[in-house]
Amino acid sequence: MPLIEAHELSRVYDLDSGRVTALDCVSLEIEAGELVAVMGPSGSGKSTFMNLIGCLDRPTGGQYRLDGVAVETLSSDGLAELRNRKLGFVFQQFNLLPRVDACANVELPMVYAGTERRARRERALAALGRVGLAERAHHRPMQLSGGQQQRVAIARALVNEPRLLLADEPTGALDSRTALEILGLFQDLNREGVTVVLVTHDAEVARHARRVIRFRDGHLLSDTRQQPADARAALLALDAAAAHPEAAA
Amino acid sequence: MSIFEAIRSALTAIGANALRSALTMLGIIIGVAAVIAMVAIGSGARERVTSQIKSLGANLAIIQSGNVTQGGVRLGAGASSTLTDEDAASIIREVDDVVAAAPVIVTRAQAVYAGTNWSTQITATDLDFFAAREWEVAEGRLFEPEELRRGEIVAVIGQTVARNLFGETNPLDQQFRIRNVPFKVIGVMAAKGQSALGQDQDDVIFVPLDTGRRRIVGRNYARDRSVQTIMVKFASEQAIAPGIAQTSALLRQRHRLMDDADDDFIVRNLTEIANTATAAANTLSWLLAAVAAVSLLVGGIGIMNIMLVSVTERTREIGLRLAVGARQRDVLAQFLIEATTLATIGGAVGIALGVAAALTIANIAGWPSVISIETILIAVGVSGMIGVFFGFYPARQAARLDPIEALRRE
Repeated sequence: MPLIEAHELSRVYDLDSGRVTALDCVSLEIEAGELVAVMGPSGSGKSTFMNLIGCLDRPTGGQYRLDGVAVETLSSDGLAELRNRKLGFVFQQFNLLPRVDACANVELPMVYAGTERRARRERALAALGRVGLAERAHHRPMQLSGGQQQRVAIARALVNEPRLLLADEPTGALDSRTALEILGLFQDLNREGVTVVLVTHDAEVARHARRVIRFRDGHLLSDTRQQPADARAALLALDAAAAHPEAAA
Repeated sequence: MSIFEAIRSALTAIGANALRSALTMLGIIIGVAAVIAMVAIGSGARERVTSQIKSLGANLAIIQSGNVTQGGVRLGAGASSTLTDEDAASIIREVDDVVAAAPVIVTRAQAVYAGTNWSTQITATDLDFFAAREWEVAEGRLFEPEELRRGEIVAVIGQTVARNLFGETNPLDQQFRIRNVPFKVIGVMAAKGQSALGQDQDDVIFVPLDTGRRRIVGRNYARDRSVQTIMVKFASEQAIAPGIAQTSALLRQRHRLMDDADDDFIVRNLTEIANTATAAANTLSWLLAAVAAVSLLVGGIGIMNIMLVSVTERTREIGLRLAVGARQRDVLAQFLIEATTLATIGGAVGIALGVAAALTIANIAGWPSVISIETILIAVGVSGMIGVFFGFYPARQAARLDPIEALRRE
């Protein structure tokens, strides 16, 4: 059974200026364990698609099953529970709570899952360890670099062991080297079995996915598979070039 | 999310904007402090009035000699001396529900003891007076019926007189003089304090009615049985009005007044006067409480205002919380608890300030300070309710946010 089953998914907005079809009869499936890039220019429908598969929004037409659950039938509380249990979100702007430390940020999804306090702390620290930030657990977001903040956000997304990690332009606010580190982290997590969907307009980011889905004008434009670029290898090459500038020249 | 955790998270949010939170709380602090202080002052004032009324004695009416008209000239209240101690006796006999009827003659005179002297009020009366005023001796005894009948030269003195005339000496069995008549002190009254009009009720010397009439007031009163006033105590407040009507009828009959003649006496219902004073004190308390309540309301509006600002500022945070699985009611609860915590902390500080203010003012004004536990509980409850009430609208705004919109907001 596919993890994501979208069948003729549509989303129509009723605006004052008239009806806008943001997504028009899109059907696709994503299997567990995939690393997928969703691409398209702004207005292509990729954000709408992400909101729908992320259970932040409900389709106006078609069916969507996430891990076998028919999402369009759920109440808003049902959607919240699904987001809490099965989904992890990573955003371009990190969206960390500024007043509490990294550990408390990572604990947040478990707070709404009703996890007991001590278990929460343990699992948050484990998740921070998984993204390589164990020793920064008690720093506040302000005391962390952009890349570190995004790692905290990824730890937060992972902490409830979600079925799907949904990243919306996760490298959009980072420099290219840090972006490579984050993409490398996604690739590592994917190798460990986490299903990752990257939403991006950046072809450079999409190169690191095994499958690329392109949207235009609310339609599915293409769905291709490729040999992904290896972010870790690219980082090593960068480091080597930095150590021996004359070789690069 | 457990309530305990929600409160902790609310405290973090409140602490993050410490100055703003403090200013917001100030509204509640002032409101609650005002309510507590004003209610305390109001009840203090009322308590004082009540205790003064109580010191006067309950259910009293005073009958004074009234106006007489001689050849078309109206001489005014007290001009005649138409009341007698026989009137007092017949009131006790014939009017329903009368507990005591005391004939009273009051004058001022100089009391002399050893090297000192003291000008004071001399009240000549009988035992009914002490029953009517619900007043007892602190030391010694009241008059014996025999002493009253024979007009013996004995006196019971008030605390102020005891202090000023005798100083450190125990006044019992001492002799002092009024108009050269040597009186023996047989008792000292318990302290009574100020009257409703601010008069010192302890500055008084009581003597038997006949003794006062013959030895102190002098000839004018000596031949007849007239008295200045009769103090009547009724069994209950309900008995006063019919009792006064009966008394008036009885006195008109005893004084042989024609149907068209004016009363030659005046009856004053002291309970009525007391009730008026109590009503005025009550009105004062309500007025103060109302003003304080308005300031509490303003404080509540301040909380609502700052919570609305907070919801707008933290839209992205709300979006994130919704994205990671918060339900609408979780967000609603979060902001409600934040507003309630803000209000409750403000309330607690307000209580401390209010109690301090009430004690200070009571101390300065010399009133009893009436800070009841009820007032404090009500203040805590009300400030919590203000948090819920004024926090609800902003919290609902927050809970109804669309997660997609909220996350996109800058």
